[in-house]
Amino acid sequence: MAPRPDWVGSMLDVAGLRAGYAPVEILHGIDVSVGAGEIVALLGSNGAGKSTLNNTLSGLQRPFAGRVTFDGTDITGWPSARIVARGLVQVPEGRRVFPNLSVRDNLELGSYRRGGSGRTGNLERVVAIFPRLKERWHQLAGTLSGGEQQMLAIGRGLMSEPRLLILDEPSLGLSPLLVEDMFTLIGRLNADGLAILLVEQNVVQSLAIAHRAYVLENGLITLAGKASELADAPALRKSYLGQ
Amino acid sequence: MLDPAIIFAGVLNGLLAGGIYVLVAVGLTLIYGVLHIINFAHGSLLMLAMYAVFFLWRLLGIDPYVALPIVIAGSFAFGYVLYRGLIGRLSHGRDENILLITLGLAIVFDNVALLLFTGDSQTIDVAYAGTIVQVGAAFLPLPKIISFLAAIALCGVLGVVMARSQLGKAIRAVARERQGARLVGIDVEHVFAIAYGIGIACLGAAACLLMPTFYVSPTSGHAFVLIAFTTVVLGGMGSFVGAAAGGLIIGITESLGGLLLGEQLGQIGISLIFILILLLRPTGLFGVGR
Repeated sequence: MAPRPDWVGSMLDVAGLRAGYAPVEILHGIDVSVGAGEIVALLGSNGAGKSTLNNTLSGLQRPFAGRVTFDGTDITGWPSARIVARGLVQVPEGRRVFPNLSVRDNLELGSYRRGGSGRTGNLERVVAIFPRLKERWHQLAGTLSGGEQQMLAIGRGLMSEPRLLILDEPSLGLSPLLVEDMFTLIGRLNADGLAILLVEQNVVQSLAIAHRAYVLENGLITLAGKASELADAPALRKSYLGQ
Repeated sequence: MLDPAIIFAGVLNGLLAGGIYVLVAVGLTLIYGVLHIINFAHGSLLMLAMYAVFFLWRLLGIDPYVALPIVIAGSFAFGYVLYRGLIGRLSHGRDENILLITLGLAIVFDNVALLLFTGDSQTIDVAYAGTIVQVGAAFLPLPKIISFLAAIALCGVLGVVMARSQLGKAIRAVARERQGARLVGIDVEHVFAIAYGIGIACLGAAACLLMPTFYVSPTSGHAFVLIAFTTVVLGGMGSFVGAAAGGLIIGITESLGGLLLGEQLGQIGISLIFILILLLRPTGLFGVGR
């Protein structure tokens, strides 16, 4: 791996980003940043533009305007393969695991573009984090439960040795007990040094583990700040907690 | 009642013919499995590959079996470039457009072949074409034995590549989950083109194996592709094992049908077994309902 640049600042910098499904603009100029070692929560309800932002960051959609900088490099409009190669990796909403491949093959494909040399060690690491996956090793991913598929999707993301991991709604569709586990895990990954952009509807638990947070509404950032301060912000409490 | 020895010979002959059907059908089913479209240009591309084999022999004196690696590589490259440069570009990401483009390509290829090569049938003349091998009571042409063994070996190699290699896994991943594939950094358009190229490479191999005993004309791909369509549906759309089993079943049915009912009427056996299997298993022998 290349040595880290001396350049200090945000790992991911999004400036004035406009994106959507042409001709409809969904994001109307977004500024977001994630620093090294940070967990940043991006909160917003359905239809706020969270997925559009993720897909634009991951290169699945091309932005209309604005700039995305990762690690000091302008990656605006890059195809997804090059973005993954840089270490900006997304674990998508709805898991998107390969249903016709075994758990093991799913994980191996996680290192298709990046992390191939460390594959064996990374497989062991993922299994240590999710022992459940080892029990399902040769089973087709399509036959796993929702929670297991979420573990697999995160494990697959970790196989590419991400420098920054975008987690899109990791708690969606999980039982309350599993949601608890999921947030504990996210905290643990971050404690090991991984920068995380956590895109969630689950406001309370996201703010509890995040360092900073943004609130996205109708394609605009309406609130931004330290997670602990946002948790008490009247506007947020009104919109999401009904008080 | 027919002599069991004749039945035995008929089954063996059908099995040998089935090898080629398997090869053509495996290419078709691979393209279907990944791109979710029927490649209507399949027959025309087989015809072009057969002309390539013919001209390699006629102009350069290259034996069709020696030409095997050259034609396979050339067909793969042609398929890759055809997808990358034309089919993928013009489809704008919509599967149904691919269907129309391949249909259009078939018409273009057929007529260009007619223009350049005329409608006359061409054959190549190799010394071993008439060699007969006796197996029990059956007398089998040596080129058909070679083509069967080579076809099965190539399908086996392809099967192992698809099951075990990183590329094979990526192709299967793209077949079912394109967005997930993009998010692990798979270049999906590249994989599409590779899958299409492999499908056409199967035709290149089939062309080399066919030419010692078959003729080529601008329409000679059609007969095989009609059988390949039947094979793919019979075996289950997108299933490798299905295409293999289907090709052999069709080969044997055709041969036995010809034996019992005569060459022309024998073809009816294919339709009968096709209808019968689809009645019992609407998704085909190895197909899975979506």
